[in-house]
Amino acid sequence: MPDSYSLFFYILLVVVSGVAIVAISHFLGKRPLTSEKTIPYECGMDPIDKPTSLFSIKFYVVALIFVIFDVETVFIYLWAIIVEEMGVFGLIEMFVFIGILLVAFFYAWRKGGLKWE
Amino acid sequence: MIVEILLQIIKIIAIFAVVMGCVAYLTLMERKCLGFFQIRLGPNRVGPWGLLQPVADGIKLFFKEDMTVLHANKFYFILAPVISLVAVLFCFAVVPFAGNVYIIDIPVAVLYLMAISSMGVYGVLLAGWSSNNKYSAMGGYRATAQMISYEIPLALAIVGVLILSRSMSIVDIVNAQKGMWNIVKQPLGFIIYLVCTFAETNRCPFDLYECENELVAGYQTEYSSMKFALFYMGEYAHIFLASCLITLFYLGGWNGPVLPALLWFFMKVFFCAFCFIWVRATYPRFRYDQLMNLSWKVMLPLAFLNLIVTAIIVVMF
Repeated sequence: MPDSYSLFFYILLVVVSGVAIVAISHFLGKRPLTSEKTIPYECGMDPIDKPTSLFSIKFYVVALIFVIFDVETVFIYLWAIIVEEMGVFGLIEMFVFIGILLVAFFYAWRKGGLKWE
Repeated sequence: MIVEILLQIIKIIAIFAVVMGCVAYLTLMERKCLGFFQIRLGPNRVGPWGLLQPVADGIKLFFKEDMTVLHANKFYFILAPVISLVAVLFCFAVVPFAGNVYIIDIPVAVLYLMAISSMGVYGVLLAGWSSNNKYSAMGGYRATAQMISYEIPLALAIVGVLILSRSMSIVDIVNAQKGMWNIVKQPLGFIIYLVCTFAETNRCPFDLYECENELVAGYQTEYSSMKFALFYMGEYAHIFLASCLITLFYLGGWNGPVLPALLWFFMKVFFCAFCFIWVRATYPRFRYDQLMNLSWKVMLPLAFLNLIVTAIIVVMF
């Protein structure tokens, strides 16, 4: 059996068992006795507003910086494997790459993009 | 040919069963250890020494009220717990337990691990977003920001290991540690990896997503029955995965004298898992701004420093 098939079989096994757990508990579990039970919990008050309408911009900034660094990580992974063969040239090249990214990172830091209060 | 396929299938199912068994008994181990830390006995009624407790808990949760909150987005509400468990379990496909006990050994295993384990963020975010509850939404945003912030130092800490072993295959990484464990060559990388792992698994000093005095139960507030249990299974599977990866990347994997490889591996893994519980019993929780500052202003520069120093030493000497 080729290796990729065993990976697909494993993924299938995991997905099926995950869905099966939810399905079985849906059939075995009791139903809520009253309809009041399904109201969203808010310390006994009736909820007033949609919860997803308000959203702090800080989370958005963090997600944006994350995307940049995550893409960068993929490059660094490939470079890490062959750095020993590439020698000093590869070293300097990657330091220039990281340096450019760190400039942007410190700019975001100075502008207060990483500040939480 | 058919015998070979059958053997492979049996092997895969056996590894899956071992993983699920370890996850179930990790919950018991945590409750027992926390009990002893607090000078009490922990669960000891179901079976000898409470050994059947996880089974009893599982059966109980299957029969609980299965609620879906009013006006929730039903599809994502049900999908979210499944994602958060499945994303972690996918990762075990490339985790070798010993020299030849693994499902698959792909040459880009570390990349696969990073890619698949980040999928867990979707489970948390969708759970918070689809629950139609303010506490859930806040908990979901917080947990997402925390997990993605710590993912970068975590990923960069592994680069030091990759440079040393010149391969992304985990079997090669372990074989490269035959003489000396990576924890000796990469002390700073190990510390960064350890701290970030605690944050990634949402464990105690960093369990901000569910700090019950602010957010009730975070993104899990509206979940009940087995859907709630899936989040917890996901968390304990993540602890087990993290212990495996710490062992494989830094503690020499299954290498060790005299005893068989599999035994060495599980001894190291359960020692790491014990450390997770130990930390939970010892340290109080961070504040959210401290948590984010630690990630971006301390861990990330340190991870770059570790990377650069490792690369210079490997190339120059």
